Amino acid sequence: MNASPISQPQSPAPAADAGPVVAFRNVSIAFDGPPVLQDVSFSIAPGETRVLLGPAGVGKSVLLKLINGLFRPDRGSIQLFGEEISHMPEEMLFPLRTRTGMVFQEGALFDSLTVRDNVAYQLIQERVPDDEIDSRVRDALRFVELEETFDLYPASLSGGMRRRVAIARAFIHQPELLLYDSPTGGLDPVTSTTIIELIVKERDVYHTPSLMVTHRLQDAFILCNHRFDPELGRMVLLPKGETDPNTTFLMLEEGRLIFDGSLHELVKSQNKFVREFLQ
Amino acid sequence: MALDPIEKAAKNIVLTVQDYSLFAYRAFLNLWRPPIYWPEFLVQADIIGVGSLSIVVLSGLSTGGVLALQSAATLSAFGATAVTGQFVSLTMIRELGPVLTGVMVSGRNASSMASELGSMVVTEQIDAMRALGVDPMRKLVTPRIFSSIVMLFFLTIVADACGILGGAFVTVFMNHQNGTQYLDMAWEHLHYPDIVQGLVKPLFFGYILSSIGCFYGMRTSGGTEGVGRATIQAVVSASVLIIFVDFLLTQVLLRLLP
Repeated sequence: MNASPISQPQSPAPAADAGPVVAFRNVSIAFDGPPVLQDVSFSIAPGETRVLLGPAGVGKSVLLKLINGLFRPDRGSIQLFGEEISHMPEEMLFPLRTRTGMVFQEGALFDSLTVRDNVAYQLIQERVPDDEIDSRVRDALRFVELEETFDLYPASLSGGMRRRVAIARAFIHQPELLLYDSPTGGLDPVTSTTIIELIVKERDVYHTPSLMVTHRLQDAFILCNHRFDPELGRMVLLPKGETDPNTTFLMLEEGRLIFDGSLHELVKSQNKFVREFLQ
Repeated sequence: MALDPIEKAAKNIVLTVQDYSLFAYRAFLNLWRPPIYWPEFLVQADIIGVGSLSIVVLSGLSTGGVLALQSAATLSAFGATAVTGQFVSLTMIRELGPVLTGVMVSGRNASSMASELGSMVVTEQIDAMRALGVDPMRKLVTPRIFSSIVMLFFLTIVADACGILGGAFVTVFMNHQNGTQYLDMAWEHLHYPDIVQGLVKPLFFGYILSSIGCFYGMRTSGGTEGVGRATIQAVVSASVLIIFVDFLLTQVLLRLLP
């Protein structure tokens, strides 16, 4: 895997006193029934990668969609890039959303557009010249090792390839926050590792803060105990006992956040649900 | 307890009407505010306008022909077969042309809008569009509504012309009447208020069929089954609402343009 960047990393190392990129305070939401999320509070600091764990149906995807305002909370406060968005009008949310990149569970590629137009969607809206679009799309596709799919339609791609194109679409605009909704869900182990390697690569090359939703522990652990080696062009295992200090964990149980901490704290947790989940 | 399902259904109806009103209001405002996505408008104008041309031509010809057949049979009892042309042209232009075109186009396009947008909703493409900072109301809904209004206006003119031609064909070749007399009567008794009435209606019908198709598409839930349900609801609601609004519009227009 080459470390060919989409463009040179531009974001400098985050200032120590920079505020959180995302901050949830006592957020609750329900849809015609019992609450999906209750009093959820957490934050994502600049340069931090957070992994949201939990079994299916506990509200992980809902939480992710709350971050960029695709859902509105019933109660509580959500800050994105320092701006309160829980009651922000939809028109004002669009500029904020362009600063985030989101990878949906099944990719959510536009099936009537080619891979080129999917990846370039945001650039096309901004009327970037065609030559520049082509060049940036090729760079983004090279990053996910799918340059040959440039002219193809999503229907002719495999599930894993669609996720990688979705990752390229999320990366191309050099977002200030990345949101991954179960990026490996339903994929075979080899393809899952390829996707996680891309996320590790993005984390270690660009240091973009991110939140990855998953119910697969092995993906979370790979993310935490590997780093991307630009010389080898692939991810490598960290020395035994070492983990990535900027990768931390959250865990949801029935809409409540029951864990917020490092991998070390996670495996040492005495919470019954966490123990059961880990086992 | 026995009234619970009725109460729930009533609440659902009120909620749907409220949601549609807000949706239609937003869609209407967007028609006048930039950005207007012109390439999308042209694509939709082609799908809605050119794509519906054949069914509008066929239904216009048939309806005009049937009107001529039926009216000639009735008018002959009073010795007034000469006014067949007047009867066909006024009925087509004031009433049947706009309504028939509205219902036919809604059957074809409200359903396709609901199923297309519904599929995009259930596969998270609409959410993806919002996440990419693009407003689906402006990108997807406004071009469909704008092009439906414009194209239904022209399709109605085509349907009117085809109806009069269909009537002429039946009058000459089946009823063996004078074609010149038919066309003279059709033309002479046609006044500006009749034409205005016939051309105001499609503006409303185009808005109704497209806003309802998009509304049901955008609120689709429940996977592929939900897409099918949204499609049926869109066609039924659009057709019924077109006929009901036609009744209201006719009353208003008859007062304004007697």
